[in-house]
Amino acid sequence: MTDERIKQFEIRHERLKELSDDELKAHFWDLCYKVVDPIVELARTHTSPSIERSILLRMGINSHKSHGIVDAIHQAGLLGKGAGHVLLKLSEKLGMDVKAAGDAILEDKEVLNGLFAEVK
Amino acid sequence: MAKKMKPLDPNEKLDIEAILEDLEDYRPPRKGWTWRVVPEEGVDMGPFHYRNMAEPLKRSIGLPASKYFDNIDPQPQPVVTTEIASGRFEDDIRRMRMGAWHGADHLMVIRHTGQSHIDGLMEGTPEGVGGVPITRKQIRASRKAIDLIEEEVGRPINFHSYVSGVAGPEVAVLFAEEGINGAHQDPQYNILYRNINMYRSFVDAAEAKKVMAAGGIFQIDGAHNANATAKAGWLVMPELLVQHGINCAFSIMAGMPKELIGLSTVPPNSPPAPKFWYDLPYAVALREIFSDFKMRAQQNTRYIESSIEEAIRTHTIDTLISMLTSADIQSTITPDEGRNVPWHYNNIRGVQTVKQTWAALDGINEMIQIKRDGPLGEMVRDIKERAVAFLEEILEVGGYFAAVQKGFFVDSAQYPERTGDGIARQGDGGVAAGSIIEREPDYMAPVCAHFGNNTMPAELEPCQASGGCTLCDPSLITYIDEFDEEDNVHKRLEKTWDYRKGHLIRPEVEWAGDGTVLLEMMIPENEDYAREAGLEIARRLGLEDPQVINLMVLHPAEGCFLEVKGNVTFDIDRRDLKIPEKVVLLSEDEIKDAIKKTGLTVVAGTVGEDEHSVGLREILDIKHGGIEKYGVKYHYLGTSVPIEKMVDAAIETGAQAILISTIISHNDVHRMNMRKLDELCREKGIRDKVILIAGGTQVSPEMAEETGVDATFGRGCKGIDVVDAIVKQMKERGVL
Repeated sequence: MTDERIKQFEIRHERLKELSDDELKAHFWDLCYKVVDPIVELARTHTSPSIERSILLRMGINSHKSHGIVDAIHQAGLLGKGAGHVLLKLSEKLGMDVKAAGDAILEDKEVLNGLFAEVK
Repeated sequence: MAKKMKPLDPNEKLDIEAILEDLEDYRPPRKGWTWRVVPEEGVDMGPFHYRNMAEPLKRSIGLPASKYFDNIDPQPQPVVTTEIASGRFEDDIRRMRMGAWHGADHLMVIRHTGQSHIDGLMEGTPEGVGGVPITRKQIRASRKAIDLIEEEVGRPINFHSYVSGVAGPEVAVLFAEEGINGAHQDPQYNILYRNINMYRSFVDAAEAKKVMAAGGIFQIDGAHNANATAKAGWLVMPELLVQHGINCAFSIMAGMPKELIGLSTVPPNSPPAPKFWYDLPYAVALREIFSDFKMRAQQNTRYIESSIEEAIRTHTIDTLISMLTSADIQSTITPDEGRNVPWHYNNIRGVQTVKQTWAALDGINEMIQIKRDGPLGEMVRDIKERAVAFLEEILEVGGYFAAVQKGFFVDSAQYPERTGDGIARQGDGGVAAGSIIEREPDYMAPVCAHFGNNTMPAELEPCQASGGCTLCDPSLITYIDEFDEEDNVHKRLEKTWDYRKGHLIRPEVEWAGDGTVLLEMMIPENEDYAREAGLEIARRLGLEDPQVINLMVLHPAEGCFLEVKGNVTFDIDRRDLKIPEKVVLLSEDEIKDAIKKTGLTVVAGTVGEDEHSVGLREILDIKHGGIEKYGVKYHYLGTSVPIEKMVDAAIETGAQAILISTIISHNDVHRMNMRKLDELCREKGIRDKVILIAGGTQVSPEMAEETGVDATFGRGCKGIDVVDAIVKQMKERGVL
């Protein structure tokens, strides 16, 4: 395997050695962006429990509660909507601020039922 | 707002209890990273002009030799880092103060072992292992102390920790809210070294980086860990460029400006290797490819052994490489990192290495130039080409994640060779595998500094929909104090009160009252016997838990140098200590002037039946900084001189002072000789014309009064002390 890679490297090297220093540098950066492009796309289209908790933190909910709230939203299958989104929607439905809506989820996660019509 | 604390008094210890008050109301006075102010025209200090120095500090402690140079303390151009993390932040902040006084303005706190695997934020102030549990309370207390310290030394200080692990986005929010100035963030580090799932690590990293950028937090990557981990650190150089490149490109795509992105780079090799043939081309290649980014130059940790001196020598060369190339931040490594959790004074030693090297080599690039043509140029080009080929192969095998699965990274061979010992991770493996969730089309995050798809209307500040966010309105932050009634800073402080605020004294290296001391010794035995003898000596000296932490063989049979640590189990009561009155010496100029005026001549000799001459010669000779250096003329009468002869010689030569040395002392002979000298001078009627000085290893400063001579000196006395006493005595007598 290594032998083959070394052979391949020699082929690459023949091509790379023709590049000027500046061209080599530009090529390096071009490749770096090509490598990260699909990863950036993955990040753009996905979220995680930690991201959602970090959003609740920014909405003024403490670390302890944000954990329980995100877990409950996750279990209810709603994390793909965004935990902050869920909280906003619930606060509108219940007529309370987002912190109180968070407490309501911690008290009884059933409050999430039917919050988004399309979710069973 | 918390009430403002009064400025620190340099003569008083930090009041930790006061710092812990009102933390629920504490807000950091500023956010974002601060660079040193480096005047373009250079800096003039004492008799010197410096070319690459920052503005000096208001208060600091210079290098030991600075006393010969008007006490100047030139401050290197780059920000200087020291890493402080003993597990108890309340002790660390005292060390931070010491570090700042020696010139550190980037204080890096390593996290508690295992914190990167904790799925969420920690709160309160539990004790850490291998680092500090990073919590809101710990950050506020530390930052509040640093606010006072930076005011005391007169320069802004950057406070730094780590945004890694499975709670990266939350940690980033915490840091942005609390004014942390710098942080490590590198999703590759999580994957390779923390075994966090690769998809989770990158998805979280994008959010974390976006938040960091909003908080002005300077980012340092984690690529240098590859050469700290690989068996032959110097062979992974092409990969290091690749890792740096991936993190930089990803950071920019996540919304980070280039000026907040730093590369953590380490000269990868260490003597006895021919270090420069690896480290210099590498440093040049890196700086050419990453010319738009900041360099955080770290010192080599890979090959640090238990020898402090060896580490310091390597770090001196590492700093030279920074100077020949560039460094925006010069990090230091405590030279004891190879043998224990860093001790207080080793942080200082690390900072001194940079300060001393930087001062010595200031402006070096105006006189010496890297020879870019020749072997260096070829090696630079080679590293770059290998890195580019590495990237091409990543794309060829299907991208970054595929490459990680195939073990591309941290292989100890030089690319394209491969040993097969790389760290391979699987997409469905690692901590928090399967935990990322696809965003639905109506996904929404009603906060600022959020990365990625979001259905929030673009024209609004995102957080307006939810009534603001903590990044825009800090009053929304909810503070949690403590969760654990036993494991917290207040309980720990109760136990150390006597050492910090009471009368008790115990040595420490990490924590108040830890009692650790270090013995150095040479044992004329082979390694095995030397080690056991060292431990036994420490035990008999009453040290608990002795350990040999360094052993250097001087010769296989003739002996070893060793360092043995152990703990003292007793306290010293401050009130029992008698502090000798301090003698303030006259200035050298004043002394020289007085000597010139009086033409000061003395007679000197070792009295009694004593053949020792070394001590007195050191007081007399110009070579040893003796009184001759100040213009004093002396008549040296030799050893075993009778007192009578000393007095007669003084009369004959018209000397204004008699210096006697009494080294060996049986039955108080030294006291008798001093009394006799005084009496004899009185008998001969010259007592008011001569100044009588006595010295010796058994002599103490109090003996003058008791014996009738004018001044007495014991161990450690120098020529200047003697001549100072003579001049003062002459002034008292009205001769001057």
